[in-house]
Amino acid sequence: MSAKELVKKAEKGDFTYKTLPMAAMIPCPPTSPEYKTGTWRVTGPVIDQNKCIKCLLCWVYCPDMAIIREEDDSVKVDYDYCKGCGICSTVCPVKAISMEEV
Amino acid sequence: MAQVQRLAILGDEAVALAVKQSNVDVIAAYPITPQTIIVEKLSEYVANGELDAAFIQAESEHSALSVCVGAGLAGARVYTSTCSQGLALMHEIVYAASSMRVPMVMTIVNRSLNAPLNIHCEHGDVMAERDSGWVHLFATSVQEAYDLTFIAFKLSEHPDVLLPVSVNMDAFILSHSIEPLTPISDEDAAKFLPPKKYEYEIDFDNPMTYGTMALPDTYMEFKMQLKEAVENAEKVFADVVEEYAKISGRKYWYFNSYMADDADALVIVLGSTYGTLKTAAKKLREEGLKVGVLGLTMFRPFPEKQLVEVLRNVKAVIVMDRAYSYGGLGGPLYSDVVATLYRNGIRIPAKNVVYGLGGRDFKLDEAEAVLRMAAQGAREGGFDTHVQWWGVKA
Repeated sequence: MSAKELVKKAEKGDFTYKTLPMAAMIPCPPTSPEYKTGTWRVTGPVIDQNKCIKCLLCWVYCPDMAIIREEDDSVKVDYDYCKGCGICSTVCPVKAISMEEV
Repeated sequence: MAQVQRLAILGDEAVALAVKQSNVDVIAAYPITPQTIIVEKLSEYVANGELDAAFIQAESEHSALSVCVGAGLAGARVYTSTCSQGLALMHEIVYAASSMRVPMVMTIVNRSLNAPLNIHCEHGDVMAERDSGWVHLFATSVQEAYDLTFIAFKLSEHPDVLLPVSVNMDAFILSHSIEPLTPISDEDAAKFLPPKKYEYEIDFDNPMTYGTMALPDTYMEFKMQLKEAVENAEKVFADVVEEYAKISGRKYWYFNSYMADDADALVIVLGSTYGTLKTAAKKLREEGLKVGVLGLTMFRPFPEKQLVEVLRNVKAVIVMDRAYSYGGLGGPLYSDVVATLYRNGIRIPAKNVVYGLGGRDFKLDEAEAVLRMAAQGAREGGFDTHVQWWGVKA
């Protein structure tokens, strides 16, 4: 079974204690990228590219590596994994990041 | 079954001999009080080349058991031993070892927990680990502590079990006493315990994730797997002891039983006190008192089915605990026996005698008195009280 299939089954509740791997020993690592933790989010960061000065503070501070740094040092949000903690918005020196329902 | 020389041997050294003959790969231990001569003897075996194993001196018992978990997952046959405070310090990893399904054997030389400071015999140490998902076996003699070590390895590594197993032996009474021992030959030991096969061992070409996080949506399922594995050990045990009987001539069972079959009054106990009660029961039988004694070999999984067969035919039972559940309804063994009686519809009087805490001696005349009390309970159809702390100056 691939990591993708295993996580899908787990998320859907499509398992019994007999079909889960013994003692949570995962035979197909890594499974963590398959867990889209972005679903935990209530509000998420929205970046105003006109205000952004490319200082990369948000990229440094993000605890989940959910700020993606582009070639030209502009930034965007990986909403698959952003849990909406708001640290990026707080540390932004030019208030270019607002927290909204995204 | 090869011929072997009968020995007079210290309990600790008998266990070390069994571990050596079990051909272990890794021994991890922390060598300070409350540790015993078991690992000291094993370190000698390794140092003088009699045993080809890694002896890892950890910086604490917590680390010693952690080493065992890692080595066990790597496919090694692992062993450790500890007592009282040492086991308490292992506590966190005790649960990890069973829940991560790592086969291993640990001898627990049962000693009291602080405070007050006391290193003598008591079962309070293992009872704190009762619910950890380990298989817990109890020896009533040095010979049993030796034999159960082989049985424990076999049980531990069985594909339907894959669990750590503890072999419990009474501190000093067994661990530091010289008793006669009929060992098995090295050849028979090797036949009984071929090199460990562990399907889940660490393989760098096919990596797996061990010790993963499981959140509320799957955690209970993994615990259900553990429940089933521990329960499987009950069935597998019967096969293992059968196979061990073939090489040793000694047949083990879920419990030792002395004149229990036609007894009116029964006393149930764990550990070496079984021998004392047996001697006392023999005397009382000569007087015509129909008393019997059971000494449980297997405590977890609890051998309910097998016990019921005996309990159905007696009129009263006394359960002796060398540990206590403070504020509870009695000692841990008593609670299990009472639950067994209730859910099997057996309505007989049951009393708990709590004895020997912190190594207080329980002598032959006291064993006789407990058996007489059991007989009286059977005669009168009841006991004066549920729980009695034996011999406490009040």
